[in-house]
Amino acid sequence: MSRPIEIRTSPHLKRARTVPQIMLGVVWALLPICAFAVFQFGLSALLLLVTTTAVAMGTEYLFARLSGRGNTLNDWSVVITGLLLGLTLPPGFPLWMAAVAAFVGVALGKSLFGGLGFNVMNAALVGRAFAQAAFPVAITTWTPGFAPGRFQEPIPSTLTPPLMQPIPVKDWIGGLNIDGFTGATPLALQKFQHIEVSGLDLFTGMVAGSAGETSALLIMVCGLWLAYQRLLDWKIPVGVMLGAVLIALPFWLLDGGVYPTPWFVLCSGGLMLGAWFMASDMVGSPETPWGALVYGLFIGALTVVIRLFGGLTEGIMYAILLANAAAPLISAVTQPRVFGTRKERRS
Amino acid sequence: MAETTQPGTGAKPTADPFNRQESLTADTFLRGLWQENPVFVMLLGMCPTLAVTNSAINALGMGLATTFVLLGSGALVSLLRHLIPKQVRIASYIVIIATFVTVVDYAIHAISLELYASLGAFIQLIVVNCIILGRAEAYASKQRLLPTLVNGLGMGLGFTLALLSLGSVREILGSGSLFGYPLFGEDFQPWLVMVLPPGGFFVLGAWLLLFAWLKQRRERRPLASAGATSHG
Repeated sequence: MSRPIEIRTSPHLKRARTVPQIMLGVVWALLPICAFAVFQFGLSALLLLVTTTAVAMGTEYLFARLSGRGNTLNDWSVVITGLLLGLTLPPGFPLWMAAVAAFVGVALGKSLFGGLGFNVMNAALVGRAFAQAAFPVAITTWTPGFAPGRFQEPIPSTLTPPLMQPIPVKDWIGGLNIDGFTGATPLALQKFQHIEVSGLDLFTGMVAGSAGETSALLIMVCGLWLAYQRLLDWKIPVGVMLGAVLIALPFWLLDGGVYPTPWFVLCSGGLMLGAWFMASDMVGSPETPWGALVYGLFIGALTVVIRLFGGLTEGIMYAILLANAAAPLISAVTQPRVFGTRKERRS
Repeated sequence: MAETTQPGTGAKPTADPFNRQESLTADTFLRGLWQENPVFVMLLGMCPTLAVTNSAINALGMGLATTFVLLGSGALVSLLRHLIPKQVRIASYIVIIATFVTVVDYAIHAISLELYASLGAFIQLIVVNCIILGRAEAYASKQRLLPTLVNGLGMGLGFTLALLSLGSVREILGSGSLFGYPLFGEDFQPWLVMVLPPGGFFVLGAWLLLFAWLKQRRERRPLASAGATSHG
């Protein structure tokens, strides 16, 4: 297709970014995280990411065709959804469940609202929330990273036949000869046994957890690159981290034996991935400068509140979904004053 | 007794006793099944639709119980339509409906204690099911006995079918069985969410989506063919 010549008024300094360019940038930023996930968890993580991405793309294609919107795959947004969903799932998650999550996420979270730009909530998280509600056991079954032979064969539960219960991984873990793997993530250890994993391991990602959430360092580097490229609003991740620390700090000062250190709160679980890649989703976040900050603070604070006082060990998913729902309200109340006008007084 | 009051109230005999308001056609019956389906089109009776459809047998029980109350109350309201003063009609309808609900309540209790326990308060709550009151107010209070019965049967079966289509999907995915018979063997992984309230919303939404899509397609097709013929 030949593109028409664009005629614009001066200044000709800035080139507007198109949606596919932005989305492709995010995909590039996600690839190192995916690579690390595959390096850490082996074939299973690769299969998981391929499945979620393929099913997400297929669902998007199907629904776009059915609703007469043509092919919407070329804006790359659905690839991000698929990759993000894969990164938030446990590495040994059965592939058929991952496919269900991807289908529900894209269909219910995005396509039914009218596609990109109309969805209220982050599609990847809608899929994950559905999987959490439907398969609560499978989604909290963790396997150790850096298992020997991880590139030759996947974790047994990955290849569970469709609609069947996941193949137990206990024997497989036992056969690995790894000392002291308890099947718990650092978050669960901290919450139920008050054992804190070393901060450095958490930061670099040498722990158990979802496929792509383990290395806080790598996620931060990729996120910073996105922020530098202005592909995400830096106020949102900063707000999330600030909100989390502000809530976590007083509790830690009060009783360091029970409550986690703020550093642990930042680096554990999916907080980093959520803050940099999901909360900053342009569709679901407020567009005003102050709104972005409030939105970030809200997510961070809510995450820590759910972690400390809720039944679940991780809260970032529900925090982001709730904040997505609140985003239109936040941007409505944080509208900046238009230059040259006076603020309206309420009578 | 009902038979004896009927000739008394409808004093003037007409050629066709059933042709007073609406002639009895197949449509009287079929409307409730498809065109005016209480759940999928009118979105009435959402409370039992979402609450008791976690298994097919519950859905069937609730649907048949509602159909019985719909028929009984419809018949009585239709027969008494000239005797009930307009000012107190809602109260009278509720008393009539409540009578039949009590009958159903005791009947289910006697037939199957298991079903009675799993339906719980929702049997008594048939009283406030807006399909029944809506039919009484909009149809039975204006029509003769036979059309009321036929229409009520259609509506009741439409409601039962809708509940059954929700209940089967939720039972198949949520427990891997249909009417209690396991379909997938022992290793089946139940989708927990499907037997919980959110599952009801998901499945109802999916059915509504399907029907809306089918309807849209059917409406679009004659237009497209008309356009083609006008061009040709």
